[in-house]
Amino acid sequence: MKVKGAIIAAAAVMAVSTAANAATLDDVKAKGFVQCGVSTGLAGFAFTDANGVWDGFDVTFCRATAAAIFGDANAIKFTPTTGKTRFTALASGEVDILYRNTTWTLSRDVDLGFTFTGVNYYDGQGFMVRKSLGVKSAKELDGATVCIQTGTTTELNLADFFRANGMSYEPVPIETNAEAQQKYLSNACDVYTTDASGLAATRATFEKPGEHVLLPEIISKEPLGPLVRQGDDQWADISAWVLNALIIAEEKGVTKANVAKLAADGSADPEVNRLLGKEGSYGEMLGLPADWAVHAISAGGNYGEIFERNVGESTAIGLARGLNQLWSKGGILYAPPFR
Amino acid sequence: MATISTSGDTNFRIGMLIYDTRYRSYTIQIIALIVFMLAAAWLLNNVIQNLADLGKTFGFSFLGETASYDINQRLIDYSSTSTHARAAVVGILNTLLVAILGCITATVVGVIAGVLRLSNNWLIARLMTIYVEGFRNIPVLIWILITVAVINETLPAPNQFRGADPDASPLLGGMLVLTNRGFYIPAPVMGDMSMAVVIVFLLSIGVMIGFRRWAKKRQEATGEILPMFPISLAILFLPTILVFFLLGMPITLEYPELKGFNFRGGVFMRDSLIGLWLALSLYTGAFTAEIVRSGILAVSKGQSEAAFALGLRPGRTMNLVILPQALRVIVPPLISQYLNLTKNSSLAIAVGYMDATGTLGGITLNQTGREMECLMLLMGFYLVTSLSISVVMNWYNERVKLRER
Repeated sequence: MKVKGAIIAAAAVMAVSTAANAATLDDVKAKGFVQCGVSTGLAGFAFTDANGVWDGFDVTFCRATAAAIFGDANAIKFTPTTGKTRFTALASGEVDILYRNTTWTLSRDVDLGFTFTGVNYYDGQGFMVRKSLGVKSAKELDGATVCIQTGTTTELNLADFFRANGMSYEPVPIETNAEAQQKYLSNACDVYTTDASGLAATRATFEKPGEHVLLPEIISKEPLGPLVRQGDDQWADISAWVLNALIIAEEKGVTKANVAKLAADGSADPEVNRLLGKEGSYGEMLGLPADWAVHAISAGGNYGEIFERNVGESTAIGLARGLNQLWSKGGILYAPPFR
Repeated sequence: MATISTSGDTNFRIGMLIYDTRYRSYTIQIIALIVFMLAAAWLLNNVIQNLADLGKTFGFSFLGETASYDINQRLIDYSSTSTHARAAVVGILNTLLVAILGCITATVVGVIAGVLRLSNNWLIARLMTIYVEGFRNIPVLIWILITVAVINETLPAPNQFRGADPDASPLLGGMLVLTNRGFYIPAPVMGDMSMAVVIVFLLSIGVMIGFRRWAKKRQEATGEILPMFPISLAILFLPTILVFFLLGMPITLEYPELKGFNFRGGVFMRDSLIGLWLALSLYTGAFTAEIVRSGILAVSKGQSEAAFALGLRPGRTMNLVILPQALRVIVPPLISQYLNLTKNSSLAIAVGYMDATGTLGGITLNQTGREMECLMLLMGFYLVTSLSISVVMNWYNERVKLRER
């Protein structure tokens, strides 16, 4: 009878997970918070501060999404996921949205059954080595021991890069960034490879960041963005337009500081008025309150502000805007028009 | 319920299904079967429904697709252009490797520790108690992480072997290189005629076994005891060594050498393999020690007293009187320990050892998104492996158990 009890319990667990396929927005509203999947810990992108509160670049986008729905940036819970567990967490309905430095690829979009709703960071895979090795280029890495996070696109890019260049290497697969850091620092691997932003973030947490260099080669395109389960267009639209709204806000100069005033007084620019819910019924179309974008922007500022505060040049991580600059300023950040 | 045939019983009433002891057990069993089948059908339906909701199909064709990832430890040829199926096989072989190595070491460690725990030497007995309690009361995952961290943090990195006056140097005249990325030992290089040496060695093993049988028979017949150990050793190695030199040393050793970032050549045992192997062996060894101790204590004291009275020395008493009887108690629980070790080896991914869970249940699952299929294959593999170990060990148990005449 014990076996049967276990089967029934297992069946009950599976039944619970079935419920996740209804309209996600309704589910989220019913439970009163957004469940957001983030990294287990990556400086600047997703980490818990001294008080145990989640913060970071990806986290702020999650909070903006929650603010757009509930008007409260704290109506959110975070699920730390590893490179390996993230897709299962999203597919099973454990999280509603995944903001976890996830690269948009065809197979993930199509075969895994997810919808990528935009790109919040244009990245590429790089290599970090110790300065003392004297390596100047990734082409000199023949025979090196390379630490990689398992379950990521970097694993596949790495295999391709070394094969294309006729070099051999010794992969050391690792679950989380923290473990990779420990392995790399104890010199159990010569090279640590992941997205360049992740390398910069990891290096910033080292005791002596100056002893490590990022090699000039960027071996892949890594458009990192939010993703949701396929088949719920409304929820995908909300996720996409929260991100777009934050980009448009930067474009139009709407900041955390002036958003309340602009929302109250209106602006000469009709697109700003549409964005902030003064004109049109764009919130209603999305199933959100009219002032959703006001709350989203109030959560952490516009895209530029979020970038500068978490990973920008003034922070320890010190990433330049680069590709992630607005299209009008030499980058490729380009949101569709808000109308 | 009414489907039960009751032919020949004219007075059958429905109530008898519950109150009549002749039918009650059938009733209960049939109800239980129906409940079980309903539960199974519901589970299956749930799976199909969920897969359909997620827009997923079910099939194993992904195993034939290119894996596109590399695996560091491969016992067979594998590259990133191989298929997912081959990657799974590489992982399975890695699991079997660490499981077999672990079972052997755990048994050796366990028997030694179990016997020593009963030692009259207070210090040794207490040390073994500390070992047993220390290892079996701390989760094995932590031991695995600790062992690998110790290797990573304390041993020298390969580049510390570099230069005119290096910080670290190979041990045993270049035979053994201990780095924080793993250990290197020389690899044999088979030259011409090397097969002859191998064949002679295999023949020697056969001859040695034959000799031991003959010696045993002789001892039973005449009571004379031959010095078994030195003679066995001589039979085992002398002809091989002789042939080896006569043929002009056809087998040479390839020494590990520092080239580029790492040592090349020789046999490379990765830090993850060593750490996992050591941690699993010591952890399971602690349980085995307790099993061995209980087995020895289960043999009544009169047995050893009788052996001493016959004039047997303590070593012979242990080998000839106590252990053969203790084995009957030891073997059945030992099977569970072997199974535990094999299943615990799935923690390998924590230290980056690419076992079946790491390849099939890890990267392949993640890259293809076939959770259901991968996990079913993985469960099937562990089930088959565990059942095979059970079969072999049960066969052994049949052999050592008390034959009642």
